[in-house]
Amino acid sequence: MDLIDIVNILAQTVRLATPLILACLAGLYSERAGIVDIGLEGKLLASAFTAATVAALTGSPWLALLAGIGGALLFSGVHGLASINFKGNQTISGVALNFLAAGLTTYLGTSWFKRGGFTPQLSADQRFGPLQLPFAAELRNVPIIGPIYSGLISGYSLITYFAILAVPITAWVLFRTRFGLRLRAVGENPKAIDTAGISVTLLRYQALIITAVLVGIGGAYLSIAAGAGFIPNMAAGRGYIALAALIFAKWKPWPALLVCLMFGFLDAVQLRLQGIKFPYIGEIPVQAIQVLPYILTVILLAGFIGRAVAPKAAGLPYTKER
Amino acid sequence: MNSPLPRWVDVALLPLLNVIIAFLIGGLIVLSVGQNPLRAVQVMLFGAFGYGTGFGYTLYYTTDFIFAGLAVSLAMHAGLFNIGAEGQAYVAGLGVILIALALNGLHWTLMFPLMIIAGALFGAGWAYIPGYLQAKRGSHIVITTILFNFIATSMMSFIIARFLKPPTVASDESAPIEMVSRVLKLNTFIPYFKTAPVNVTVFLAIGGLFAFYWLIWRTKFGYAVRALGHNQAAANYAGISNQKMIMLVMALSGAIVAMIAVNNVGGVHGRLIMNYVNGAGFVGIAVAFMGKGHPIGVGLSALLFGVLYQGGSELAFSMPGITREMIVTIQALVILFTGAMGDMLRTPLARLFSAATPSGGAR
Amino acid sequence: MEDSLNQNTEQRPDMAAASSLAIELIGINKHFGPVHANRDINLQIKRGTVHGIVGENGAGKSTLMSILYGFYTADSGEIRVNGAPHSITDSRHALALGIGMVHQHFMLVDNMTVLENVVLGAEDSPLLAPTYAKARQVLKRLADDYELEVDAEAVIEDLSVGQQQRVEILKALYRGAEVLILDEPTGVLTPAEADHLFRILRTLRDEGKTIILITHKLREIMAITDEVSVMRQGAMVKTLQTKDTSPGELAELMVGRRVLLRVEKGPANPGKVLLEVENLVVTDDFKVPRVKGVSFNVRAGEIVGIAGVAGNGQSELLESVSGMRDQLLGVVRLNGAPLSLEGDDGAARARAAGLAHVPEDRLREGLVTAFSEWENSILGYQDKYGKGLGLDIDLARKTADEYIKKFDIRPPSKDLKTANFSGGNQQKIVLAREMERNPDVLIVGQPTRGVDIGAIEFIHNQIIKMRDAGKAILLVSVELDEIRSLSDRILVIFDGKIVGEADPATADETELGLLMTGVHSATPTAAGAGTLKNNAGKGDA
Repeated sequence: MDLIDIVNILAQTVRLATPLILACLAGLYSERAGIVDIGLEGKLLASAFTAATVAALTGSPWLALLAGIGGALLFSGVHGLASINFKGNQTISGVALNFLAAGLTTYLGTSWFKRGGFTPQLSADQRFGPLQLPFAAELRNVPIIGPIYSGLISGYSLITYFAILAVPITAWVLFRTRFGLRLRAVGENPKAIDTAGISVTLLRYQALIITAVLVGIGGAYLSIAAGAGFIPNMAAGRGYIALAALIFAKWKPWPALLVCLMFGFLDAVQLRLQGIKFPYIGEIPVQAIQVLPYILTVILLAGFIGRAVAPKAAGLPYTKER
Repeated sequence: MNSPLPRWVDVALLPLLNVIIAFLIGGLIVLSVGQNPLRAVQVMLFGAFGYGTGFGYTLYYTTDFIFAGLAVSLAMHAGLFNIGAEGQAYVAGLGVILIALALNGLHWTLMFPLMIIAGALFGAGWAYIPGYLQAKRGSHIVITTILFNFIATSMMSFIIARFLKPPTVASDESAPIEMVSRVLKLNTFIPYFKTAPVNVTVFLAIGGLFAFYWLIWRTKFGYAVRALGHNQAAANYAGISNQKMIMLVMALSGAIVAMIAVNNVGGVHGRLIMNYVNGAGFVGIAVAFMGKGHPIGVGLSALLFGVLYQGGSELAFSMPGITREMIVTIQALVILFTGAMGDMLRTPLARLFSAATPSGGAR
Repeated sequence: MEDSLNQNTEQRPDMAAASSLAIELIGINKHFGPVHANRDINLQIKRGTVHGIVGENGAGKSTLMSILYGFYTADSGEIRVNGAPHSITDSRHALALGIGMVHQHFMLVDNMTVLENVVLGAEDSPLLAPTYAKARQVLKRLADDYELEVDAEAVIEDLSVGQQQRVEILKALYRGAEVLILDEPTGVLTPAEADHLFRILRTLRDEGKTIILITHKLREIMAITDEVSVMRQGAMVKTLQTKDTSPGELAELMVGRRVLLRVEKGPANPGKVLLEVENLVVTDDFKVPRVKGVSFNVRAGEIVGIAGVAGNGQSELLESVSGMRDQLLGVVRLNGAPLSLEGDDGAARARAAGLAHVPEDRLREGLVTAFSEWENSILGYQDKYGKGLGLDIDLARKTADEYIKKFDIRPPSKDLKTANFSGGNQQKIVLAREMERNPDVLIVGQPTRGVDIGAIEFIHNQIIKMRDAGKAILLVSVELDEIRSLSDRILVIFDGKIVGEADPATADETELGLLMTGVHSATPTAAGAGTLKNNAGKGDA
């Protein structure tokens, strides 16, 4: 394995991690505010669909991106209605929204485009293609630095750069701003927020909006950056992986980035190892690698490697009680 | 907390209204893509009941959904949300195929109980682990059961591809069970069903509804389950072990949903096919919420979803605009309105009823 | 400690009478459903004083203060701040008027720092850095001025309870509070911490702040307040100058001269020891010790009453003795055999050993309100109904019929959901279930809480009947009257320890009250009267 191979695998890791990072950060805002979000999967799917649809209709990737966010906002709104206003069970609402996205995207897609749920193939100018950073081509042949710069730093879609950038921004918002302070407080002890004279409801809706924006961009990435159109069930469990990553990262932004990259790496390696036979071991089953994030999360949740303590008020509707 | 709603409103009207809302929204969605929802209903009903094969398919789907619905309901009665029915049914398929292939050729009357036991053991074992992790290690059952669905998928596809798939077969599935060992199809003695896959497992499901009623409302175990589900502190007071009950209920829930494996692996397919459960376990969530955990409700909801699934595939032929995904959408709306937003109409209804009866309820 | 507490400052300059009222409440009413929590309350609080509000649990003190703080809105009435009427709609509004509150259960975010908690909701700008810089300075100044030093960067969950409370006070002062409400501030503090708090409060008052202190501990009232108002059953009874009153008078006003309910009972006939509690230490759900080394026993044919203000460890004691809660240390013996509490079904073993338990909170523990009456009439005994798996419903329903008849449970319909019965009848369902099992030991918590007068007498007579049948009965109640009229022996619990034992026939209510509220200085007279034995005279607290 030479440098080019390593660069390729790492670059693939970043690409595969992009939707995970966005969905994971999205979940972070929601759960930090005390709203459990099982529905990340559904929102990824819904926004992938709305983005691809608008891209196909208008040809504008930017409008498509907005549509992706819009799709996620719609789902977040329903989730907020169920879990904030009607004080319903957030888990059930999330599960319902996942099914809703799975059903609705395929159903509407099939009805509108008559391609078995697929949206029309998008051309390069209808998508967020790879960006070449300055001098990427010129530096390509410089030893070591060349492949790293042109292969590992340059060449991703705009959304990937945004996703990476969203991590420090989230950390900054969470720990350096008034909004972040209140957000963290409302997920831990909403009563502290209420007695400080701040609306718990408003704060939680604000969190849900940010969640929708991030996961919406993540969904759009699937269909108009990584892919070239919508494919039924194209989220393929990424929302759940993001949720697992969030737990693994203990609801913190930088660890979230690391865990998402790790899960992305596992994915990249898995693709790479398919069909390769190792001495003594033989072929490593792809499923063994696919399943690793889930198993690691189960072990973490069971308290065998440290403890993942969720925001204390997560999942609990806030009622002023006597 | 305690709204003064009359009992019939609470147990019948409220859920019914929620289901109606779910279906109305579903209808609007159908309408929005330029299809006629009423005609869709017509086609669906004919497809589900109009002829033998169709009705047989309806019963076949209903069978799966009853098991899944009862499994989720049992956990629900204990205050647990089992999202893992899908994976539990999948792993149970392994138990069924292993016993069936080991004794391949055995007459189905002997094979049937063996498959039930083997499937139940595998399903129960797979469900027991999240139960154990919740009871003893405090991991949240919702998250672990979701994770276990994915783990089941990977594990099973590995096992099928690596160990069960005969070299001669192209697709990812096990060797077939011999016809004589498969669960008997109803069409062998009721010709009306023609080529429908419904088999004698349907009687197991119907029996299961009665057994479920007995278990929940006529046994000490059921009493303890309900006490725990309604009021954990009172269960502690009554000397009911929270931990033991969680593990037991989850195992039993897995054993119930395992009967999907008997119906499909041991019967309809006669082999273990990759991802054979195909969402039936998830439908169980909608069935349980809609049926409010009561066997009558579960039976009716399972039948409704059976109709939707069978009628839905019929629709796909005659109204190409409407696919089976519409059913998944309806399923989602049902979970949303009967589960997450189940109390949405409670306050307006309570206001309505207290206005109608100024003297107040039974206090 | 006593010295520092008793320095009542008389030397402060008197304020001008006209503008001297910081807070005035006029005709405040508040209902929670059927509960009339505040009835027509009038209250005047002078600026620059420490004003105590005393009353039993449920007297409506906390509700009243929550209204002043804007957490609840009154149904009717007027609030005047500095002489001007305001309708305080939320906490933010109250804060703007200079009213701050230190809640009994702290409103802190445990995993955040002191600094973060202090500025939460009072940030100056969308970015925190300038606010933090300012807050650090203000905190330093407050620390210097009022002995309120806390490490600003410390995380709340690492702080002691006393320090956390200081953070709450800092929060209020940081927001510019001129009036500071403290709800039962010493309930969770060690004596040294309480001492420190009082020093802080005194300094605050001397700087011109107004302090409202809600408490049920008369010792604190006497030590720190200038004026004191007494509440009882949602109403304001009286406001007094602290220097003109005595703990005895306050205790009487608090409890009220209620007519002792007459309970016909003969002398007790104690037999052998059936329940033994030895050196019991029990923690609550948050691993905080609530019962701190308690030993006593109960004999056949006697009622032992545990008197105390709610929250002094009674609940944990009952739950531990009945097998519902693990004990940290110590032994509980039923009929001489130690009760094992392994696993989470100890209650079943306690029942098997001959114990019956009427829990303090019937709705939370004693009943499954979603169950029908007959289902609740076998709760805890469900395994006795039917052989094998099956539940013998006919037998259970027959049992329910018997209980309904014997205890006159109304309406007499065993299929009615338990939630639909009145409080008294719900209690009868529990009592019938627990008393009719012929237990050796009966544990009763708050037998008549929320029960209408008519049912009280019946319930009391049933308890006496059990005693006369040779049962060992342990009774816990916050109603002192009830303890006195039913018990054959009274143990007083305070802060998780048994602090005294009394003979109900001769014990003086005021002195019992003083023991319950932790005023130890009252014990010399009690010892002189020979009716009160003070177990905890040595040491502090």
